[in-house]
Amino acid sequence: MVSVVTRAGVWLVLLILAVTAAALAADGNFAIHMSIFAIAAFLALWATVRGADYDAIARGILRMPDNSRYDDDPVRWATIATVFWGMAGFAAGLFIALQLAFPALNFEPYLNFGRLRPLHTSAVIFAFGGNALIGTSFYVVQRTCRARLALPGLARFVFWGYQLFIVLAATGYLIGNSQGKEYAEPEWYVDWWLTIVWVCYLLVFGATIIKRSEPHIYVANWFYLAFILTVAMLHVVNNLDVPVSLLGSKSYPLFGGVQGALVQWWYGHNAVGFFLTAGFLAMMYYFVPKQAERPIYSYRLSIIHFWALIFLYIWAGPHHLHYTALPDWAQTLGMVFSVMLWMPSWGGMINGLMTLNGAWDKVRTDPIIRMMVMALAFYGMSTFEGPMMSIKSVNSLSHYTDWTIGHVHSGALGWNGMITFSCIYYLVPRLWSRTRLYSLRMVNWHFWLATIGIVFYAASMWVAGITQGLMWREYGPDGYLVNSFADTVAALHPMFLLRAFGGLLYLAGAVIMVVNVWATIIGKLREEAPMRDAAFDPAADKPILAAAE
Amino acid sequence: MANKRIDDATQTETVGHEWDGIEELNTPLPRWWLYSFYATIVFAIGYVVAYPALPMLSRGTEGTLGWSSRGQLDGEMKAAEAGRAQMKAQIAATPLEQLPNNPQLMHAAVAGGAAAFKVNCVQCHGAGAAGSPGFPNLNDDDWLWGGDLATIQQTLMHGIRQPDDAETRNSMMPNFGKDGLLTAPQIQDVASFVLTLSGREKASAAAQRGQALFETNCAVCHGPAGKGDRQFGAPNLADAVWLYGGTRADVVAQVNAPKHGVMPAWGTRLDPVTVKMLAAYVHSLGGGEAFATVPAAPAPAADASAAPAE
Repeated sequence: MVSVVTRAGVWLVLLILAVTAAALAADGNFAIHMSIFAIAAFLALWATVRGADYDAIARGILRMPDNSRYDDDPVRWATIATVFWGMAGFAAGLFIALQLAFPALNFEPYLNFGRLRPLHTSAVIFAFGGNALIGTSFYVVQRTCRARLALPGLARFVFWGYQLFIVLAATGYLIGNSQGKEYAEPEWYVDWWLTIVWVCYLLVFGATIIKRSEPHIYVANWFYLAFILTVAMLHVVNNLDVPVSLLGSKSYPLFGGVQGALVQWWYGHNAVGFFLTAGFLAMMYYFVPKQAERPIYSYRLSIIHFWALIFLYIWAGPHHLHYTALPDWAQTLGMVFSVMLWMPSWGGMINGLMTLNGAWDKVRTDPIIRMMVMALAFYGMSTFEGPMMSIKSVNSLSHYTDWTIGHVHSGALGWNGMITFSCIYYLVPRLWSRTRLYSLRMVNWHFWLATIGIVFYAASMWVAGITQGLMWREYGPDGYLVNSFADTVAALHPMFLLRAFGGLLYLAGAVIMVVNVWATIIGKLREEAPMRDAAFDPAADKPILAAAE
Repeated sequence: MANKRIDDATQTETVGHEWDGIEELNTPLPRWWLYSFYATIVFAIGYVVAYPALPMLSRGTEGTLGWSSRGQLDGEMKAAEAGRAQMKAQIAATPLEQLPNNPQLMHAAVAGGAAAFKVNCVQCHGAGAAGSPGFPNLNDDDWLWGGDLATIQQTLMHGIRQPDDAETRNSMMPNFGKDGLLTAPQIQDVASFVLTLSGREKASAAAQRGQALFETNCAVCHGPAGKGDRQFGAPNLADAVWLYGGTRADVVAQVNAPKHGVMPAWGTRLDPVTVKMLAAYVHSLGGGEAFATVPAAPAPAADASAAPAE
């Protein structure tokens, strides 16, 4: 009872502060955001006061099974949020792809490309990817530590606080609130809120590891911990700025000029490294061996590539600033650390793929394994492409072109998207205590739509990027540049259409996932013929062992 | 570890840990992986020695190759410059009037002008030089000041309505409405007449009243038939080309309080050869006129022939 009153009091104070700030706001954007904040605080207050009743209602609506050995409510919420934000992010992505092909689709001012583009990137990276990471990390850490979540109340705050951050960020982009830093667009007060949420996340995760009943910490948890800790550091340093007023949305960064650029790309590159690589490798390290029912390929490789990856990644940011005002020595270091990063990145791919030794037949029979294999293949491709593009002579062609867009999407759609989908398909029947997914054949459809979509996307952007790079640098025999910028834009139009088509396929696959997940949650099972069409011969499935003969 | 066992499928020993059913094999590092990793490290060390890489107290190391990105840019710019130098020198030495007689040189000048146009001119005149309201289309043969090479070069060198340039192109149409020279109904009448010149409107009583007003107020620059006069930069009102728009509202607005566009004097911003090449490019777009329209005598100096402005 006392704790309910205390918590309600905290929310009430936050509510009053937010309402006051909205009333005194120096500008309209700040007022809108403080109003959203106030609504969220009010909802939290209401939930706290309603107490136990609310849990029961939520359980009824979301059809959640009773608490088992582990505390899985936040995992269920995060799984639903992952699917929801994924759809929002993919739809926004398709829309901005169409805006590039058909500029008439820019609706000023709220729905122009400049505002929707960060909405898309934040929705897929931080909302879709972030919820997948929060959900799976809470799921994995409990099972591999054989311990219930420490600080369950805080875990729920982390989930809802993170959703509030997403809503503040997304509405901020639409109303024109941005500090103009790529992947770090939200203004100072949203950053402060995320910092609080993230520190709580670290506390929940760290405390659960501390109370584990296993002697060792599983490799997935090293990766999760590296991800949470490093993202905290990156977020705080890159968002060191001075608000113009404590009642206004505008702020100015502490670092200026080339220092500011270097800090931004140290952040931006490691957001890729620790959010989209380390965090998702953690997912891979739990869900691939579980789904394949095979041991991890190499314990030694996991140690070496983990430490090599996190040591090398943090230095590679300057390769985003080749041939700029950044001093040559810093550019060189960014490049050579990126090149050295190649094999440590591939360590994760090898450990994931080779874990299938002894279970390769499942690629044929299990569409979830197939998704995981495709994810690892795209992971391998984009972690080779990344070091290659960091080499200066390659970068002088690829930089500022659509090649970069193709590169990040082969990573994001192929690696992050596919591994997340396969984890969702693994989790949903288990979280809602169903015997199986609603339909495995729909997973197969999702797999093929997504794969073909990525091929269209990545291939068209590679062609577009190289075309663009070559056209920009093309000198005629008379010694003058041949193309104006508008010429290159016109030349890319067919590629933009193919890209949008690829995005449409990818979105269509995700729609199938929504249906499948929804039907599984409400307890339906589709009557369908099994996927496997060839008899399994275990003797033929063993890898050839040189020493064994 | 107590729980080590040999995995059946791979014949490899496990490490002996187990988490939620997940075990780990004790496979050694793949050799190709390890040696590739070493190779990238060796490459990195070599690259760091050869190129600027390590921050020292006051500046970074310079690398044994002596490479710098500024140096590379400088070298590439100089090489491109050198590749063009001979042609540019020839263009500079050739009087403008004789440029068309040397097709190879003229071709080079047009190519150079096209490159310079993309950097300096497309912002107003458009990528295809088709112009937009207020910015003339350079593809047609409707010239405000004249369309032979020398006149185009003069316009380029000194710009339009540049207060600091004595030779700039200057034409100032009076504010007929704003300054009270004509009343609003009179302006409507003049507009009716002007629009009949290009066949946009049919003859009417208003146009007849407008004709009288036109002859007293406008014909001195635009000519009695509205054909314009290049000496004053007065546009031809009897054709289908309109700088500020050809609707009644546009014409009324322009008579009432004319817009006066400006163009920079490129002579102060670009070198003379580039301006010459730009003139050749604009001349080549479709509307270029032969020198014969101006007095036939070929003036020896390039700039002296550009007199007809004032």
